[in-house]
Amino acid sequence: MSIKTTLATGMLLATVGTSAMAQSLVYCSEGSPEGFDPALYTSGTTFDASSHPVYNRLSEFKVGTTETVPGLAESWEVSEDGLSVTFNLRQGVSFHSNADFTPTRDFNADDVIFTFDRQGNSENPYNQVSGGSWEYYSSMSMPELVSSIEKVDDYTVKFNLTRTEAPFIANMAMDFASIVSKEYADAMMEAGTPEMVNQAPIGTGPFTFQAYQKDAVIRYLRNDNYWGDPAKVESLIFAITPDASVRYQKVQAGECHVMAYPNPADVADMQSAEDIVVMEQEGLNVGYLAYNTQMPPFDNANVRKALNMSIDKQAIIDVVFQGSGEIAKNPIPPTMWSYDENTVDDEYNPEAAMEMLAAEGVEDLELKIWAMPVQRPYNPNARRMAELMQEDFSKVGVDVEIVSYEWGEYLERSSDVDRDGAVLLGWTGDNGDPDNFLAVLLGCDGVGGSNRAQWCNEEFDAVIQEAKTLSSQEERTALYEEAQAIFKDQAPWATIAHSVVFMTMRPEVEGYVVHPLGGHIFNQVGLSE
Amino acid sequence: MLNYILSRILTFIPTFVGVTLISFGFIRVLPGDPIIVMAGERGMSDARYAELSAQYGFDQPLYKQFWDYLTGVVQGDLGNSFVTKRPVWDEFFALFPATLELSICAMLFALALGLPAGVIAAVNRGKFFDRALMSTALIGYSMPIFWWALLLIIVFSGNLQWTPVSGRIDLLYYFPDPTGFMLIDSLASGQSGAFKSAVRHLILPTIVLGTIPLAVIARQTRSAMLEVLGEDYIRTARAKGLSTGRINGIHALRNALIPVITVIGLSVGTLLAGAILTETIFSWPGIGKWMVDSIFRRDYPVVQGGLLLIAVMVMVVNLTVDMLYGVINPKIRKR
Repeated sequence: MSIKTTLATGMLLATVGTSAMAQSLVYCSEGSPEGFDPALYTSGTTFDASSHPVYNRLSEFKVGTTETVPGLAESWEVSEDGLSVTFNLRQGVSFHSNADFTPTRDFNADDVIFTFDRQGNSENPYNQVSGGSWEYYSSMSMPELVSSIEKVDDYTVKFNLTRTEAPFIANMAMDFASIVSKEYADAMMEAGTPEMVNQAPIGTGPFTFQAYQKDAVIRYLRNDNYWGDPAKVESLIFAITPDASVRYQKVQAGECHVMAYPNPADVADMQSAEDIVVMEQEGLNVGYLAYNTQMPPFDNANVRKALNMSIDKQAIIDVVFQGSGEIAKNPIPPTMWSYDENTVDDEYNPEAAMEMLAAEGVEDLELKIWAMPVQRPYNPNARRMAELMQEDFSKVGVDVEIVSYEWGEYLERSSDVDRDGAVLLGWTGDNGDPDNFLAVLLGCDGVGGSNRAQWCNEEFDAVIQEAKTLSSQEERTALYEEAQAIFKDQAPWATIAHSVVFMTMRPEVEGYVVHPLGGHIFNQVGLSE
Repeated sequence: MLNYILSRILTFIPTFVGVTLISFGFIRVLPGDPIIVMAGERGMSDARYAELSAQYGFDQPLYKQFWDYLTGVVQGDLGNSFVTKRPVWDEFFALFPATLELSICAMLFALALGLPAGVIAAVNRGKFFDRALMSTALIGYSMPIFWWALLLIIVFSGNLQWTPVSGRIDLLYYFPDPTGFMLIDSLASGQSGAFKSAVRHLILPTIVLGTIPLAVIARQTRSAMLEVLGEDYIRTARAKGLSTGRINGIHALRNALIPVITVIGLSVGTLLAGAILTETIFSWPGIGKWMVDSIFRRDYPVVQGGLLLIAVMVMVVNLTVDMLYGVINPKIRKR
């Protein structure tokens, strides 16, 4: 943001004064974004500040669901062999402008091709700009999946794939696929300031970026030329407030309208407060304890099941989640399609567990439980969780040692195939597709990596691989239900909990919907008089 | 005096190299690989890991990495943050004015209350005032910053609603910030009420950050004053019939100031350390929180560069303090 724009808007706001504030929605956010080009980053805090207000994608997640709906593409067709997807682009969509850039043309196929080419093509002049680490593009296997992107005409783009990939449309709705303006990128490259694409974003979204002061505030103005339903407030302000208690104080004092991530300990107080509204929804996540299924005796499914039966999950929900979680019985969360309601969870029964262990000839078992050193939505206090499990396991004669490492070390060592012990970890979904949980966390490809149970079950793997190739959600659901049954039978993890996400707001906030994918989206949020 | 200043500046060079080495080594001694931390639960392929290692220069031997860093520093290039991809230099100077403004206010607050408190305690040695002030100072010194901050927020912002909860200025005000000092920029903006809002936002963080230096200054002033008050020349002054105010204010305090100024110089480090917590709680956009976040993310360039710049600031402040000795005590100046 140049000084010129800042001055101009400053003067505007100064003259508009309080009436402008009446139309401003203030969101107490938990941290500073890493930047404003969503493809460069992986954190939800960055996506809240960039991809949701400023950008659009070819397909979009309908707010409040994991269903994909048309975005900058009005429609799409998947070829019969599933190896190409053609997007028909929306016409008459204009990009934002700022003091340094005014678009001369509408959004078209060139922008789509540029958006992905800069991430996948090392020859693209933007490939190395702003650090050039396109982590999501890479972790969603896009380099291997997309063989080429063709411009059929100005408003038609064809993606050629190397294999059929059912979650592809959902991938296109993810933050890393936010469409950036090629014209803006070219202009900034010519001006010698290519990093401005990341610092002063230009998108097609419902809000235009106005100004950012690190660790303090981000300001947006309503995009009056928005192609979709215009935003309900004139301006959106992120008041960056890292401390959860302070965020709550600010909401109470009327300094913020909405806040995310309340302290679990404050939730009961918030729910009983008259002038505070608390919304809640199960998060799209799962917290688990992954055994190393390649190390005896944990290579025996009956031993794993016996251990699962020793864990008092309700106590964990009460103590660790302080009620803000629910018991997990499947590896995918209940908000996700194909979740199998009929799964019967392992019963908490220490006596039966002891008998099962004895029947398998397991005596004087020793187990290390790895407790994460950090707080995560799916596990707010891993150390405490491990202590509760230690107590539970001691009741069935299993001696537990709790170990922990620095977070980077933890992630690295827990991936080792010969890891000693069971590891507490979890996952938050990216695109609402079951494949994003089941294949990433439990597929054979993930052994030695994101599959912390080191579990490669041929039957399970065949089912999830087949599901990936089908386009019918009904057929995929049947396969994923089958996969969940195999998982439950083989018990590579003890599924612990799905956390509940709370959003705290003032009563004048209207139209806020908790998004299952975890983003905080204010496009259709208004304020009552 | 000039020679003295030059010799002090020359001692900067080995200290500077030492600090560069320590800041480079410190973050690398900590366990945790920045690339793995960056990838999170998601993890990454070995090929991608190797690619990023090469990109960040981690595939080079450590001495080579240090040499590259040192040559960069000498040329004024502290590298780019792994996280935001922006130059460390730009980030530091965008955030530093906020920390400096808060630290100056906290120090002025500590001096304004600490010096008189120390003097009053000393001249009333053993009496009620002395005990009350010194007990309060001890409490102030021992108070955990986060607890003190939250207590003040709950009472003054929550219950009494006298002060805003956090931030540097009301979000209603929006103006360019050429200096980064909110008090100056708000005055320059000409917007009515902006300066008042900036002052109101400064009150609680200033009190919280200034509490420990206040306690230290009060205690140090008291003990220095007590020592001076026992000197022969004070007795002579009394015998000559000078007023108590003149004896305490002119003859005693000025001579008691040397150790107090040393403490003020050393408090700069304490202030910057305290700023980390204070800034986090009050959402104050300064370098304290920036550094802590960077350590957790293993953002090597930011930790190295930030530590180096902070160390240079502390060195400059201590040099200035040494110069001040000369102003206060001519004996030092002549040496």
